[in-house]
Amino acid sequence: MNYFDYLQVFVYLLLLVALTPLIGNYMFKVFDNKPFKAKGIFSWLETSIYKTIGLKPDSQQNWKQYAFALLSFNLLGFLFVFVLQLIQKQLPLNPQQLGNVSWPLAFNTAASFMTNTNWQSYAGETTLSYFTQLIGLTVQNFVSAATGFGVALVLIRGIRNKLNSQLGNFYVDLTRSVIYILLPLSILFSVVLIGQGVIQNLNAYKTVTTIEKNQQVIPQGPAASQIAIKQLGTNGGGFFNTNSAHPYENPTPLSNFLEMLAILLLPASFVYCFGKMIGSVKQGWYIYMTMFILFTVGLVISVYSEYHFSSGVFEGKELRFGTINSLIWENATTAASNGSVNAMHSSLSPLSALVALFNMMLGEIIFGGVGAGLYGMLIFVILTVFIAGLMVGRTPEYLGKKIEAFEVKMAIMGVIAPSFIILVFTAIACMTDAGLSSLSSKGPHGFSEMLYAFTSAGANNGSAFAGLNANTNFYNLMIGIGILVGRFGVIIPVLAIAGSLSEKKLIPVSSGTFRTDNFTFVFLLIAVILIVGALTFFPALSLGPIVEHILMITGKTF
Amino acid sequence: MKTLFISLKIFLVMTILTGVIYPLFVTVIGQTLFYNHSNGSMIVINNQTVGSELIGQKFTDGQYFNSRPSAIDYNPMPSGASNLSVTSKELKLRVRRNTAAFDSINQIPASESIPSEMLYASGSGLDPHISPQAALMQVNRICKSRHLPEAAKKRMNDLITHSIEGRQFGFLGEERINVLKLNLELDKQFTVR
Repeated sequence: MNYFDYLQVFVYLLLLVALTPLIGNYMFKVFDNKPFKAKGIFSWLETSIYKTIGLKPDSQQNWKQYAFALLSFNLLGFLFVFVLQLIQKQLPLNPQQLGNVSWPLAFNTAASFMTNTNWQSYAGETTLSYFTQLIGLTVQNFVSAATGFGVALVLIRGIRNKLNSQLGNFYVDLTRSVIYILLPLSILFSVVLIGQGVIQNLNAYKTVTTIEKNQQVIPQGPAASQIAIKQLGTNGGGFFNTNSAHPYENPTPLSNFLEMLAILLLPASFVYCFGKMIGSVKQGWYIYMTMFILFTVGLVISVYSEYHFSSGVFEGKELRFGTINSLIWENATTAASNGSVNAMHSSLSPLSALVALFNMMLGEIIFGGVGAGLYGMLIFVILTVFIAGLMVGRTPEYLGKKIEAFEVKMAIMGVIAPSFIILVFTAIACMTDAGLSSLSSKGPHGFSEMLYAFTSAGANNGSAFAGLNANTNFYNLMIGIGILVGRFGVIIPVLAIAGSLSEKKLIPVSSGTFRTDNFTFVFLLIAVILIVGALTFFPALSLGPIVEHILMITGKTF
Repeated sequence: MKTLFISLKIFLVMTILTGVIYPLFVTVIGQTLFYNHSNGSMIVINNQTVGSELIGQKFTDGQYFNSRPSAIDYNPMPSGASNLSVTSKELKLRVRRNTAAFDSINQIPASESIPSEMLYASGSGLDPHISPQAALMQVNRICKSRHLPEAAKKRMNDLITHSIEGRQFGFLGEERINVLKLNLELDKQFTVR
């Protein structure tokens, strides 16, 4: 590592922390409907949307009504994207005459984009028309992120409420997230990206004769508008096959830096917003600190492994970014449930890949997905106060709410659902020809390919060890199902927890209250996260990246 | 039922807002402010589009600076990487082959180390850049292929130095040279055989 490598890591982390209170405070004003300066620019749009759909913005929903609204909205999105792909050949904006997508792939893609996962079994430039990318995928990029915000907001309201069941309104949360946060940031960001060289047009692909007289077909399309939101909304689904390694998707070191920052910007800021909303910025910062520590330690291990054991290996990396930016990105994209890549994870050193896997396996709680990272982390907070409560023998509480059997049961469900997908589905793939025939590597790396795919699905990340041929019926269906369970198997328990907490009374803080705003708590929380993560996944990880690391050191190849 | 109907209505509104108005608005701004960038940073010479500044091309001719190895042979339909792991036998073999080829084409003693981007394929398969060092190592061979006098070498080295794109803001990314632009400049300044 040289001086520039250290500097880039430092500036990245510094800017992330510096922007957190700024954006976080803005989010707080938006979600708690407080006045702010530029509100008038957007609020007319908000009110006219409510008028158009005939919604009273102050009407409240309980957790079941909220869940129904959320699920019905997401189901419509899923069906729309699914059907759109099946008939795209008959639809406009398809200058390359790309054919209709097969139903298993269409199912996989629809499930993937509706849930903010954005796993891609297809190559964008040779599979999807501009129409599908715009009307189908770009929309889901926005609303799936907004859905994440909504669920997290319900949980926060559940914690704040006293003895009532009014948890806000899904449509209002959705509208505010899009209008005030996602849309303005995306417009700004896409214009900056175009300035750096990201393309934004509706032209047909360009065939050129190169200097050495070869024919080269250069794909075009409305890329910038999709890339901006895929980075900001922790979506991660690339416009092109190689995602942000593609020069049209990420042309310069600056575009790379901003795209990298955008991965963590909203999830990180939302933790600050959480602190503001519950009336204790301090509580928010301690959760932030937990995430920051986990992120930084992962990054250090990943960087050490790559520079120490794999130095000089430049497979799957782009020269304009260099090794260090490939690693910062790798860590950010797997910590947040983004899943975009600027270098190929499959070609990184085994321990670096291990960190990526482990980040996802923890359930995307290290900043995590937009909204999803916070509610995922709060599940672990509930488990931690529960365990701490058991140790000292009192009823556990969090922010004045008693944590009882129901909350703990639901929290455990939220932890088990993704873990079940990761381990059981990988096991199924290992035992079937359909699973094994897609592998491109032999030895432990082949196992890692399958493990990575189902981890990415269960955790709703969407990044890949792209050697695996995932565009088969087996993987499209299995991964699609895994994604749905990994998303709603967490969302529904979280909404249920919110509903239950909401109807409880607030217990005033006393000297006997277990404090959640000090270093002891941070330490305990990290311990619980690591113990749950390690106990669940160590056996699987040891068969994949760990054994590969040891074999690499001994010089064995496959 | 009422909820379902509201879901449908707001879904349509969101589709129009984020799927139609937003991308078209960005397209209009992009096309107005950054026409060339929006349309792919194409390089046009004598009314002929010879490629995009951002999309790497295959250069294997002895008279040109060669680009990085590519898993897709610089065919962007679709972009792609090898995804080979560090424990892959195939990757080891490829790197050995690329090393030998680079050494023999450019007549470099085996003891001299080659910049790693010239041995390993990129993530996109379309990486338009090589490092300044990798360019400098090709100067002797290019001069020979083009039958240029000894004095041309210095001019070519200067051309390389002038073509270096530095780290953005002095610290972001890596120093690099755009191969296509360098080769176009090469053809302009030195005779082609």
